[in-house]
Amino acid sequence: MDIIVCVKQVPDTNEVKIDPKKGTLIRDGIPSIINPEDKNALEAALRLKEAYQGKVTVLSMGPPQAEVALKEALAMGADEAILLSDRAFAGSDTLATSYTLARAIEKIGKYDLIFCGRQAIDGDTAQVGPELAEHLNIPQITYVRDIKVNGSTIIVQKALEDGYAVVKSPLPVLLTVIGELNEPRYPSAKGIVDAFRKHEITFWTAADLNVDKARLGLDGSPTQVVKTFTPTNDRSAEILHGDLDQVVGTLVGKLKAKNLV
Amino acid sequence: MALQILHEQCIGCGVCIEKCPFDALKMDGDRVVVCESCTLCGACVRICPVEAIKLEKKKQINNNQDYLGVWVIVEQRDRQLLKVALELVSEGRKLADSLGRSLSAVLLGDEVEKLTGELIAYGADKVYLIEDSQLNNYNTESYVAILEKLVQQEKPEILLIGATHNGRDLAPRLSARLGTGLTADCTELAIDQEKGVLLQTRPAFGGNLMATIVCPNHRPQMATVRPGVMVKAEVDNQRQGEVIKFDPNLAELAIKAQVQEVVKAAKQQVNLEEARIIVSGGRGLKKADGFKLLEELAEIMGAQVGSSRGCVDNGWICHDHQVGQTGKTVQPDLYIACGISGAIQHLAGMTNSKMIVAINKDANAPIFQVADYGIVGDVYTVVPKLIEELRKNKEVFGTTAAR
Repeated sequence: MDIIVCVKQVPDTNEVKIDPKKGTLIRDGIPSIINPEDKNALEAALRLKEAYQGKVTVLSMGPPQAEVALKEALAMGADEAILLSDRAFAGSDTLATSYTLARAIEKIGKYDLIFCGRQAIDGDTAQVGPELAEHLNIPQITYVRDIKVNGSTIIVQKALEDGYAVVKSPLPVLLTVIGELNEPRYPSAKGIVDAFRKHEITFWTAADLNVDKARLGLDGSPTQVVKTFTPTNDRSAEILHGDLDQVVGTLVGKLKAKNLV
Repeated sequence: MALQILHEQCIGCGVCIEKCPFDALKMDGDRVVVCESCTLCGACVRICPVEAIKLEKKKQINNNQDYLGVWVIVEQRDRQLLKVALELVSEGRKLADSLGRSLSAVLLGDEVEKLTGELIAYGADKVYLIEDSQLNNYNTESYVAILEKLVQQEKPEILLIGATHNGRDLAPRLSARLGTGLTADCTELAIDQEKGVLLQTRPAFGGNLMATIVCPNHRPQMATVRPGVMVKAEVDNQRQGEVIKFDPNLAELAIKAQVQEVVKAAKQQVNLEEARIIVSGGRGLKKADGFKLLEELAEIMGAQVGSSRGCVDNGWICHDHQVGQTGKTVQPDLYIACGISGAIQHLAGMTNSKMIVAINKDANAPIFQVADYGIVGDVYTVVPKLIEELRKNKEVFGTTAAR
């Protein structure tokens, strides 16, 4: 079973803070990590490989430093890693990103399954997976929380807000997975050594792919950001003063006045 | 295609370096230089005081004028409209009025014609009704194929979809099929009157910033909208509208991924979206046990317990309780934030609450800026005192406001 896993290197947005005075992001010392649900995707792929043999290829698009994320994926047990890195890819929205990934996957050639994390924590869009499936003209199943393979078909549970759906699909299929699916492994010591000694990361630029240049990067992106801002609000932001009895007493009074207690 | 610094105009003020979300600008001597990490987001272009930064996109030819009207793809489950469907019809009405165009709802399902009246009552001028026994449950391939055909035929300028699990499965696949842009999980929509384009605002960068996004040269402009964000309009049962049936022609589709069955979870224990009062905890609780204290407060107030993402990530409480960008969007009458610092990720899910009370040790926590009332103090001293006061209150009146 040949499996491709798409991963993204993201800033650990849990660690991002806003400078309250300037309204800007404080970026110092924010670590870059493999997007958490992409790790679940890789874990799912590795488990299927262990059960059915085959090969796991990790694919990423990003700046050259995203190599670190791919090294980690190799250390976890992936067999090959490809990084799509080119200035021509900069400014890609999800449509241009998914188009570029699709052309790379066509270059890789043979695959039975494609795994993605449901969404990346820096964008939270959950769009690249389904858009990639569309470009490749294969079925998709999103929000996957359970996977069973039966010959050349796959039966998965897709999480819904109020339960789940059981979906059956022939291979190849693209799955986007959620954290609930599994617990990603830690790289083994041997895995880490091998990742640095044995494995080479393959770098592909736009010139390596059969692409329409007009569909790459900023030019290939239908959406544009026109403004970023920190939200404002018109709340009174009244800090209650006094000792504990007083502040709690005042608060209860305010709540009573609004008939909330 | 790149970011250009016009060095003869640049005054070296460094504002762009400070504002760059990706740390991609640096000072080299007295010149600003662009590094590899630049994503061409354009934030610097807009803030440069002397217009010394340029980001030029190739001019694209569009045929926008052929696309007219606002559409909402409404989701039904078990032949009932989801709340977000009506929220979107209400919001779509405002956008359509702002553009001076019509609003259409698109309804797919099996024997769902009876729902069309409700959609018209909430503001739809037209309802496209697509019925087939195979459309009872959402299926990516059939829904996308039908909608592609309908959109190509009728050409709407705006297409809104609820950001449910199914909506977030459908929208990207459909946008890629149509070759147009899509903005996920919008929290605010408006029309740029000058250009007639949809301004789509959503939390960005992990919910630490807000971004307004446009899709200037492709149609339809597509957005998904989070449930619970838009406000439902007043029902007008007198409103008249047109129901247009559209033949799905499913026989010609070869569906690969098939839904075998849909399993309902046991009744939800947590229903934050409907809660009148929410008592919510953040990392300031320091331990899982903190939620026991909040449960006690919630019980006496008839409230539900919410949480920030940090506590869920730490395993102190399950994801069902999470409020925020990656959790639930709530708008209760009262939201009490205990030990929550107020990351935008969290604020994205709760700033529409009618009253917000914040309890936090750190007087500088951003949560205080969005609160109506703040108490600077330790959750473990303030909350027990609050419980005590509310108990007294209950004894006096012999009742609580709990519903």
